[in-house]
Amino acid sequence: MILPLCFALFVVGLYCVLTKRNVIKIVIGLTIMEYSVNLFLVLLGYKKQVIMSQVQAPIIEKITNLDDFFMKAVDPLPQALVLTSIVIGLGVTALAIAICIRLYQRYGTFDISEMRRLKG
Amino acid sequence: MIQLLPLFIAIPLGGAFIITLTSRKRKRLADVLGVCAMLPLPVMALLTVGKQGVYNMGSFLPPIGINLVLDGFSVLLLVIVNVIGFLAVLYSISYMEQYTAKYKYYALFLLMVGGMNGVVLTGDMFNLFVFLEVASIASYALVAFGCEQEELEASFKYLVLGSIGSTLILLGIALLYGLTGNLNMAAIAAVTANMDKTWLFSFASVLFLAGFGIKAALVPFHPWLPDAHPSAPAPISAMLSGVLIKALGIYAVTRVVFNVLGATPQFGMIVMIMGALSMTVGVFLAVGQWDFKRLLAYHSISQMGYVVLGIGLGMFIIATNGPLVVAGTALLGGIFHLANHAVFKSLLFLCSGSVEYETGTRQLKELGGLQEKMPLTRATCTIASLSIAGVPPFNGFWSKLIIVIATVQAAYLYPGILILTAVTILVSFVTLVSFLKVLRYVFLGDLPAVLKSIKESPAFMGISLVALSVLCVCMGLLLIPGARSIFLDPAVDVLKQGLTYGKQILAGL
Repeated sequence: MILPLCFALFVVGLYCVLTKRNVIKIVIGLTIMEYSVNLFLVLLGYKKQVIMSQVQAPIIEKITNLDDFFMKAVDPLPQALVLTSIVIGLGVTALAIAICIRLYQRYGTFDISEMRRLKG
Repeated sequence: MIQLLPLFIAIPLGGAFIITLTSRKRKRLADVLGVCAMLPLPVMALLTVGKQGVYNMGSFLPPIGINLVLDGFSVLLLVIVNVIGFLAVLYSISYMEQYTAKYKYYALFLLMVGGMNGVVLTGDMFNLFVFLEVASIASYALVAFGCEQEELEASFKYLVLGSIGSTLILLGIALLYGLTGNLNMAAIAAVTANMDKTWLFSFASVLFLAGFGIKAALVPFHPWLPDAHPSAPAPISAMLSGVLIKALGIYAVTRVVFNVLGATPQFGMIVMIMGALSMTVGVFLAVGQWDFKRLLAYHSISQMGYVVLGIGLGMFIIATNGPLVVAGTALLGGIFHLANHAVFKSLLFLCSGSVEYETGTRQLKELGGLQEKMPLTRATCTIASLSIAGVPPFNGFWSKLIIVIATVQAAYLYPGILILTAVTILVSFVTLVSFLKVLRYVFLGDLPAVLKSIKESPAFMGISLVALSVLCVCMGLLLIPGARSIFLDPAVDVLKQGLTYGKQILAGL
């Protein structure tokens, strides 16, 4: 149920990128898209057959009962991936905002429909 | 040699770090460090020709650790990326004098090369995404390097579309991980070879096609390219058009579809249609352009269409269990055209850079009569134009010929493909027309009064132009059987093996 909701969030971000005219709002839309994918990646780590309250972090405290641990622990790999992906997203967002500031200095506006020097 | 594979990524990344650290005040030092960092890469790339192997990062074995894979297809791309990158750096020594903050330029350039080498070498899906983003972020910044209105606008457009593409690719990787439980390409291939394909699997492959399609600027996803490529400084345009769209777009999608997901007839058909569309739309938009670099950028879309058409045709024939010989011809045509396009398109962009450097304009109508003043640029530009138009002794002719032969051979099996043959030849003709226009308006005719005092471009720029035009003339020789079995055939074999290739990587090649 929660996975289609991630996809809905993705579509919200895409809608924002496609329809908004303010460059900052477009950057926010991009961020929403990125975060929906990050959320999706993290949720992939949960195992369907385990009840939510029994889920545990993937840290081995005692070396007893490994089978039970493998049943209940979430998959740690997507968490590592998401950390990397968040850092990459930070880099892209920082660059995008820097370009937005420069655009504002040159054009005096954030409105994308007034930045139309390239066409053809 | 295999032990040296990480250096392809480490040298450019380390070089970028050292340049930003040391060369802030010293301009010459930035030049020296930039060239020194790029110098070993083409040498090493040429040494890898004919070799193959797997390097496990930190000695962790493949399904758990990340591995770097060197095979025929990666070798081809490695050679293209590093040779063209080196020539572009040589060219930048003189060309980038117009800009301030040269050290930032070199740092970003090396970052981009490091990212592309990583994309080409990696054998891990998520690692592919990381390197793809490293190269993309560097290229967004390089497009905006001049910080003028057009450049910022183009860069923002490129950034928005590029990040949407990256997000789609990441979603595809996440879905693939959920379906197969692996991130290593070889391990995924072992699973996908035997699984029943659900709709989610098809959805993931569509996401990959759209994401890499945006990076490669195939036709429905192309609008950023004609803005971004002309706005960048000339050596960067040459890198973007010549190498980046191939390494991040075509190489990645080909590798993922052939060796990870497995070719399907539907996918092959879609890719073929996208190729044919790119060819025609790109070339007809190019004919009407009056901006030199913008015209070249539209031709990049069109020529990428040729590459994708060849690869898509090969995919289609392999997936429908057709004769492997025909598929091999189509793939050979596509891959050879990829290599050729890298050479002549970067040469054309560097020529346009020389013209812009000396005259200060790139509007075709304001130029004219440069043949007396800039004989070297004229000669190299003519060679490149004839290459891209497919005039016989030059390299573009041979690859286009192979693609045409492949479509005719495939037409015996599926008569409808004959339409593609006709399109291929028509597009080649329109390309010739549009480059006659370029040569006529830039180098022939009367010299405008304002351009009386111009001279030939500086020596470093000339070296790059001559080296690339020699490659243009000589690359047809790669088709001689002896040379072909070293350079081109291994690349085609990798793709022909499809999913069984994963087993060999897991076994260590």
